[in-house]
Amino acid sequence: MPIYHGLYVSLWSTLLPIFLIILLLFFKDSYLNYIVIPFLSEETIDLGIDEILYVKSFLINNISSLSTLISSGFISEGDANLLVEKYQESRVVSFSSLVLLSIILGFVSYKKLSVRYDARRRVERILKFIFFVFSTIAVLTTVGIIFSLIFETLRFFSQVGFFDFVFGTHWSPQTAIREDQVGSSGSFGSIPLFTGTLLITAVAMSIAAPLGLYSAIFLSQYAKPKTRDFLKPILEILAGIPTVVYGFFAALTVGPFVRSCGEYIGLTVATESALAAGLVMGVMIIPYVSSLSDDVMTAVPLSLRDGSLALGATKAETVKKVIIPAALPGIVSALLLAISRAIGETMIVVMAAGLAANLTANPLSAVTTVTVQIVTLLVGDQEFDSAKTLAAFALGLMLFVITLALNVFAMIIVRRYRERYE
Amino acid sequence: MKLNGDLIMDEQKEQNNIRNKKSLIECRGVDVFYGDKQALFGINLDIGEKEVTSLIGPSGCGKSTFLRCINRMNDVIEICKVEGNIKIDNEDIYHPDVDVVELRSRIGMVFQKPNPFPKSVYDNVAYGPKLHGRILHKDDLDAKVEKSLERAGLWSEVKDRLGEPGTSLSGGQQQRLCIARAIAIDPSIILMDEPCSALDPIATAKIEELIDELKDNFTITIVTHSMQQAARVSQRTAFFHLGKLIEVGDTEKIFRSPDHEQTEAYVTGRYG
Ligand SMILES: Nc1ncnc2c1ncn2[C@@H]1O[C@H](COP(=O)(O)OP(=O)(O)OP(=O)(O)O)[C@@H](O)[C@H]1O
Ligand SMILES: [Mg+2]
Repeated sequence: MPIYHGLYVSLWSTLLPIFLIILLLFFKDSYLNYIVIPFLSEETIDLGIDEILYVKSFLINNISSLSTLISSGFISEGDANLLVEKYQESRVVSFSSLVLLSIILGFVSYKKLSVRYDARRRVERILKFIFFVFSTIAVLTTVGIIFSLIFETLRFFSQVGFFDFVFGTHWSPQTAIREDQVGSSGSFGSIPLFTGTLLITAVAMSIAAPLGLYSAIFLSQYAKPKTRDFLKPILEILAGIPTVVYGFFAALTVGPFVRSCGEYIGLTVATESALAAGLVMGVMIIPYVSSLSDDVMTAVPLSLRDGSLALGATKAETVKKVIIPAALPGIVSALLLAISRAIGETMIVVMAAGLAANLTANPLSAVTTVTVQIVTLLVGDQEFDSAKTLAAFALGLMLFVITLALNVFAMIIVRRYRERYE
Repeated sequence: MKLNGDLIMDEQKEQNNIRNKKSLIECRGVDVFYGDKQALFGINLDIGEKEVTSLIGPSGCGKSTFLRCINRMNDVIEICKVEGNIKIDNEDIYHPDVDVVELRSRIGMVFQKPNPFPKSVYDNVAYGPKLHGRILHKDDLDAKVEKSLERAGLWSEVKDRLGEPGTSLSGGQQQRLCIARAIAIDPSIILMDEPCSALDPIATAKIEELIDELKDNFTITIVTHSMQQAARVSQRTAFFHLGKLIEVGDTEKIFRSPDHEQTEAYVTGRYG
C-alpha cells in the first residue's frame, strides 16, 4: 500500500520533531534565563532580589526587540546587540537542527521502504502510541487535579479540625486578615452548605424528574417523528441558556412570585429562597433528563413494544411495564447526570437563594450551597495560605467525593439491571 | 370489465368455500398502503376455524402485512393505511367503534424473532393475564402460567427456572415462551409470522408439533418460507405474490395440483 508507505515516512519525519518542539518549549524559559543572567548589570544586582527578577523577566520578554532593550536602559547598547544576537543564534540552531532531524528521519525511514515493506503494521503501531498518549493526557489531568485538591485540603485540615469541618453546623468563614484585627477565627462547619445543596437539588429534581421523564415518554412513544424532530431540539435549548439568564429570571420573577404566593396563603417566604432557585434550576435541567431518557427509550427494541401491544396492552401500559423497565439503566444515569448538574450549579443559587448559610430543611428560607461558598471564598483579595482560601479546596474535594459516589452508585445500579435484563 | 372482475370474485369465493368448516375470519377487498405505496391489492380470503392456514409467497409479497391486518397491528405503523373489510366472527374489526386493545387481547401473535420481555419467565407468561385483570388470585395465576407453559411444551424445561429472565433461555425455548405468552391470554386466534426462521431443525420440529396440537383449540395463521413446513402443519394454504392473493385452497391441492402456474412454479421451487 503506497499510502501507508507515505504515511509511515511522514509520521517519522513529523512526530519526533513535534515531540522535541514540545520539550524545547518546556526548557525555553530556563535556557533564556541562562543566556540573560550574564548580561544583568552590577547596579541591578545591587538593587535586591525583586529588582533582579523584574529586570530579568523584562529582558526575557523583550529579547527579540533590540530597540526596546536599548531604550529601557537596563542594558548597554553593545550588550543588547550581543544578547539579541545570541538569542537569534539559538533560535536558528534549534530550528535548523529540527529541520535537519526531520529530513534525516524522513530519509532513513524512506530508505527502509521497499515494495514489500510492511508499513501498514508499523503505522498502526505508531498511531496506537499516539492515541495512547492522548488518552493518558486526559487521565493525568484528572489525577493532577485530584492530587492538588488533596494536598491543599490536607493543609486546610492542619489549620481547622477535620470533624469541625465535616460535622460542624456553623459556617462563617470570616477570619482575621491582619494579625491585629479583632474577630473570630471563623468557623468552618460545612453541614449547612451540604444541606443547602441537598435542599435545592431536591427541589430541582422534583421538577426535572417528572417533567423530563414525561416529556421523554411523549417524545419517544407518542409524538410523530416530525413532532419529535421539532420538539427535541427546542427542549434541548433549555440547557443552552446561560445560567446567568436563569439566575436573574429566578431572582427577579420567580422569587417575588413565590414570595407573594406564599404570603397569600399565609406563609413567610424569604425573597431569596431555596424554592425559587430550585424551581428555576429544575427547569434548566429538564433536558438533561428528557434528552437522554428519550434516547434510551427510543433504543428499546420495537419488537418488545409490538409484543406488548399485540397482547392487548395499551400504549401507556406498554410504556409502564415494558419500555421503562427495559430502559431503566439509562433513565437512572440520566437522572444522576441531572443531579450532578444541579449540585454543581452556582449562578442561579447566588442570585436567587442567597448567601446565608442557614441549616434548615425549609425550602422557603434562604440557603446557600457548596459551590456558591467556594466562589465567595475565592473572590476578592485573598491570602493564599489562609484557612478561608484553603477551605475552598476542602469543599471542592468533598463535592468531588460526593459526585464520584453518585456516579459509582449509578454504575452499580446500571450493572445490576444489565445482568438481569440482557 | 366488470363482468370479468365478478368472475374472479366468484372463483375466489369458490376456493374459499372449499372446506366445509365454518370460517372465522373473512376478508373482503383488503387494500393496504404504506404511504403512497400499495402493499396489498384487494385480498379476499377466508380463514377457517380451528385449523391451520399457512401464508406462503416470495419475500416482500405482503404476508406479514396481511397478518398484521388481522390484529390491527398495522395501526402501530404511522404511514400504514388499511382499506376493505375484515370480519372476525361476523364482527367488522375496522369499524370505528371497535376497541383495538380488546381486539388484540383476543388474538395472540408470535413474531419472527423471539421477543421475550426482559422479565422473568413467569412474568412473561403472566403479563397478559395480569394486564387484563382476568385472574386475580396468585394461585390461579400460577395455575394459568403452568398450563400455558405446559401447552407450549416448555413446562418441563423451565419449571425450575421460572424466576430467571426469559432472555436467558435458548432461542427455541424463547420462541415457545412467546407462544406460551400468547396462549395465556386465551385467544381464539393465533397469528405466527415465520416463528421458526431463527431456529434450528430440532426446535423447529418441536414448534411444528406444538402447532399441530394447538389447532384443536385455536385458529392459527402462520407465515412461512418453508414449503415443507406449510405442507406439514397446515390444512389450507394461501399463496401471495406481489401483494395479490394468487390462490388459496387445501394444502394438499396447492402442493399437488395448483390451479395457477405461478403457484406451481413457487411450490416446486422454480420461482424466479
Ligand atoms: N413499515 C413499513 N413501511 C413501509 N413499507 C413497508 C413496511 N413494512 C412493509 N413494507 C412494504 O410492504 C411490502 C410487503 O412487506 P411484508 O413485510 O408484508 O412482506 P413479507 O411478505 O412479509 O416479506 P418477508 O417474507 O420478507 O417477510 C414490501 O414491499 C415492503 O417494502
Ligand atoms: Mg414478513
